[in-house]
Amino acid sequence: MATMPHIKSREIKVVQDIPISKTLPFWEGIKQGKILATKCKKCGKLYFPPVADCSKCFSSNMEWIELSREATIETFTHVVVRPRSFQQEKPYTVAIGKLQEGLRVLAWLTGFKLSEIKVGMKAKLVAKITHEGEPTYEFTRPE
Amino acid sequence: MRRVAVIGVGCSKFGVRNDVNVAELAFEAFKPSIEDAGISPADIEFVAVGSVGAGAWYEELLPAVVFAEYCGLTGAGLVRCEAACASGSAAFATAYWAVASGQADVATALGVEKMREIDTPTVMEWIGRAGHYLWEFHNFGMTFPAYYALYATAHMAKFGTTEEDLALVAVKNHKYASMNPIAHLQNRISVDDVLSSSIVAAPLKLYDCCPVSDGAASIILASEEKVKELKIDTPIWVAGVGYASGTANISKRLDYLGLEASVLASQKAYKMAKVTPEQLDVAVVHDCFTIAEIMAYEDIGLCKKGEGAKLIREGQTEIGGKIPVNVDGGLKAKGHPIGATGCSMIYELTKQLREEVAEKGRQASMKNYIALAHNVGGTGHYCYVIILRR
Repeated sequence: MATMPHIKSREIKVVQDIPISKTLPFWEGIKQGKILATKCKKCGKLYFPPVADCSKCFSSNMEWIELSREATIETFTHVVVRPRSFQQEKPYTVAIGKLQEGLRVLAWLTGFKLSEIKVGMKAKLVAKITHEGEPTYEFTRPE
Repeated sequence: MRRVAVIGVGCSKFGVRNDVNVAELAFEAFKPSIEDAGISPADIEFVAVGSVGAGAWYEELLPAVVFAEYCGLTGAGLVRCEAACASGSAAFATAYWAVASGQADVATALGVEKMREIDTPTVMEWIGRAGHYLWEFHNFGMTFPAYYALYATAHMAKFGTTEEDLALVAVKNHKYASMNPIAHLQNRISVDDVLSSSIVAAPLKLYDCCPVSDGAASIILASEEKVKELKIDTPIWVAGVGYASGTANISKRLDYLGLEASVLASQKAYKMAKVTPEQLDVAVVHDCFTIAEIMAYEDIGLCKKGEGAKLIREGQTEIGGKIPVNVDGGLKAKGHPIGATGCSMIYELTKQLREEVAEKGRQASMKNYIALAHNVGGTGHYCYVIILRR
């Protein structure tokens, strides 16, 4: 492709500090192998991802609940073309699984061959620390 | 609320436009739109700009101001509208409300996007971050094709939709884009070309995905009084404006078989316009990925839930079929400069309703002179549906 005349913009590197003080038990829980959700003490609504404020009844009185591990895979994709900051990763599978509580979780699905993955199959939700030392969670093969 | 008409439209050539900067690209769409309406920039009281990538994939952080100055619009009321890939429609709705409310007699919706000033992995990064960054991108690297792929997997598992069905959408839209001189991709393709293209996010392959495009489109809206004063001979009336939103977290959707926001927005638009899907002569729907067009057929009521694939298999969405869809090539092949797309949909439908489509084989036949534009932002995070009537 012929390159048209152009001027390169000035370079800027942006990194945001994302506050997690109000959901800290979730991030701490991962280190102990737990995956926590929040439940509104006033109306009982359960939230994952966890939130500090209830969008149903507007209460901010929440309690922490440990989630069940067994999930049913509702849908998935295998991401081959990766974004800039995931260029170092191998292609990865992302799935949405439904837990016993009725909540759904989006996470990577590991431990299966791609050909084995089907809508409706069971997977286990586990807490994990990434190789970069970041807290995360994923679906994997049930024992 | 007053009756409002589209009185002028303009659209730039879509594609890789590294021959122009972003303001020059806006001008390419704006100039023909005021010539079409027979007005001057001084007649325009309010401008709504649809654009998403300010400071990310192009350099201007406050682009509306830059475009307004470049197009001679300084002094008019001005706002930038963001509704992801439906930003052009959000701008259209905002300009519509300005005129319908009586606040302005003439307003412009200007959709502009320049996405090709940065490399593709960085575009994938920016758009991938546009779900819910912390919970879907940060650890899981969701991309936009991946979001729609989740819908494709579920739709295929539930309704038996196949990869060949998805491919047929691409084949149809490339066919019409090949006749459209402003389209980004003008090559005709076959089902085999789609199936053998490289995997982007399974089951979606390269030819299931729209290109990353530069482009602009401009729409001039006027009140009924102004239409008479300007002696506009073919006003295209805005009959219905529907809108809705969906959850930021994809994990909180009802299911992965359709977009709830599309259903709600289209119902609202049909109700306002007092028309049914059967009365439409032509439609443009949001086909950023092939699965999106099939879900759109179902969500906006062109067929029953689960029968979208049947519609494309039978050729019912081609010219001569039950309801021609995306006969400009769609996002899939005309291109998807995201903030411009909604306005370019109105550009196409205005031309269709005026029976002004110059290229042989691309003009839909008109019976009721009613057309619908369906524009989704994100993966059903936003939706706007506009119904036009001649």
